[in-house]
Amino acid sequence: MSRIKSCFEQLKQQHKQALIPFVTAGDPNPEITVDLMHAMVESGADIIELGVPFSDPMADGPVIQKASERALIYGTSLSDVLMMVKTFREKNNDTPVILMGYLNPIEVMGYEVFAKAAQDCGVDGILTVDIPPEEAGTYIPALRNCELDPIFLLSPTTTKERMKIICEYASGFIYYVAVKGVTGTSALDTQEVEQRVSIIREVTDLPIAVGFGIKNAQSAAAVAQVADAVVVGSALVNLVEQNALENNKIIKEISRVLQNMHSALT
Amino acid sequence: MKMVDLLMMIEEQAEKKLSDMPDENGHFGPYGGMFVAETLMEPLQELKHAYLKYMQDEDFLAELDKDLSDYVGRPSPLYFAERMTRELGGAKVYLKREDLNHTGAHKVNNTIGQMLLAKRMGKTRIIAETGAGQHGVATATVAARLDLECVVYMGAEDIQRQALNVYRMKLLGAKVVSVESGSRTLKDALNEAMRDWVTNIDNTFYIIGTAAGPHPYPAMVRDFQSIIGREAKEQILKHEGRLPDALVACIGGGSNAIGLFYPFVDDQDVSMYGVEAAGHGLETGEHAAPLCAGKPGVLHGNRTYLMEDQHGQIIPTHSVSAGLDYPGVGPEHSWLKDIGRANYVSVNDTEALKSFHYLTRVEGIIPALESSHAIAYVKKLAPTMDKDQIIVVNLSGRGDKDIHTVATIDGIEF
Repeated sequence: MSRIKSCFEQLKQQHKQALIPFVTAGDPNPEITVDLMHAMVESGADIIELGVPFSDPMADGPVIQKASERALIYGTSLSDVLMMVKTFREKNNDTPVILMGYLNPIEVMGYEVFAKAAQDCGVDGILTVDIPPEEAGTYIPALRNCELDPIFLLSPTTTKERMKIICEYASGFIYYVAVKGVTGTSALDTQEVEQRVSIIREVTDLPIAVGFGIKNAQSAAAVAQVADAVVVGSALVNLVEQNALENNKIIKEISRVLQNMHSALT
Repeated sequence: MKMVDLLMMIEEQAEKKLSDMPDENGHFGPYGGMFVAETLMEPLQELKHAYLKYMQDEDFLAELDKDLSDYVGRPSPLYFAERMTRELGGAKVYLKREDLNHTGAHKVNNTIGQMLLAKRMGKTRIIAETGAGQHGVATATVAARLDLECVVYMGAEDIQRQALNVYRMKLLGAKVVSVESGSRTLKDALNEAMRDWVTNIDNTFYIIGTAAGPHPYPAMVRDFQSIIGREAKEQILKHEGRLPDALVACIGGGSNAIGLFYPFVDDQDVSMYGVEAAGHGLETGEHAAPLCAGKPGVLHGNRTYLMEDQHGQIIPTHSVSAGLDYPGVGPEHSWLKDIGRANYVSVNDTEALKSFHYLTRVEGIIPALESSHAIAYVKKLAPTMDKDQIIVVNLSGRGDKDIHTVATIDGIEF
């Protein structure tokens, strides 16, 4: 069984929701990332979503754009990110790791080469923001052949018809983008999320994660009432920016916020 | 020949018709497509359906025609550049005078079309990206006319280079937003406009200025711009009684080029030359010539030739002309390159600047720095051709906006 599947099954037995923190790999420097991943697990992260830096992050707000820019100062590449996951796996063989990024770095590496490398390094799922199922003809089989879950987004503009199509291609979990907009800009409307999630449940049995617009323990707890997982990104990346000169402080601050969220979820 | 063979041949021919592209999802061979985040998929489908519907709608087309003639001033003349032809000593050179359009460039052909579409779709807010500012001005112009809110995204770097156009947009009532992220040029303005669109999707129409972006933009912009080629075809037949031997146009994103090329793509005897910006020279890496020196990748919603590093990060571009300073190119050009239907060449900053002065002195026409690239290539091409051959070059814009840049390079202060 895949790490993602067994993670959600365990949590389900305990009637718990998954806490999924997002950080950009290599932000604010490549040295911090593996340590930060371990610290996040200790602070209650159930799955880690690792951002792959890209020069043109079209779907991201200013906070995550700047994270990409900081990581790219050190030239953090897709291969570097894979190596970070490999290093992380030396001490952790249980926590699922999802890579989130844009298509072009994968396109340049080649789908098959990338998928094989990701599998070898211990990656579990791939969320590529700018590849809808319509364009994923050779991408999805390449991931599946290497036992990687293709994670897809659903948004407030996705019709039920499209939901059905997307959910057929997706595995691992479904990521519901709770707001129309880019990452980290506005707060989500819990009631609306609840309605949308119940519609998504009609078309799939996959666990549903909700992200975009979760700012603190309170909003995380509210979303956890209706979803199976809560993704928190910009709120953490903000802490990286504020403490960019001190790796220890970044780890300390992010751990503190995650611990709060973790206890709010249980 | 057996009937069966003949039918097969006809069928093959029909299959090969180049003007039938793209496919339903916007693919030109392996290029184009819809590589966007999920939130944009439904709005793009909506736009696609509206565009397909109204391009068949007589009222819409009549309104478009009327605006193009009465407001833009079409048809633009096809001018025989007699002195230039004589001096170059080869093929006859005709200039398609898009510089004479209202607002000074070909950009308005497309903004008029998309704005009419926006109005029909009930959108009340217009956004656009701009590099040199020509598309921003053309958008602000049509937005003013229809009394729609207009926001133009422009790289901080370009705002400095094109102060005149920034002021023009403000005079027209548009809000110009300075984009400080990334390389602070056209590509970042496009990113920012996409972010705005995804956030304000309910009331906002995004007018993309070039034949790039996710489907349906490349096809839609091409269709609105192909008035250039349709007119040129009719005009050259009137002047010369035959089709030209070569078409020449500059390429940034490629909208003026595809506008000229498209009505001729099935005429295999007409050669096509797209001229990219070689900047400081292809060998220096400081240029904006993805077709000549880049490789395929995915950016801004489509697969196309890009300027990128070995890890797939988009790299900074350089051209003296802000309108060509873009790391991608419309997907149809990528496809026309691969199948060998069009030739893609490049011209550096120095050659373009020389041609800016050349056309000004020889024909009394001050060309935009973008169009000066096309003129520079004609100067190389025409002398290699016979005197009875014909070149049509797209003079896509006028050079008033570039006077300051050229003067600074020439060491002149006002």
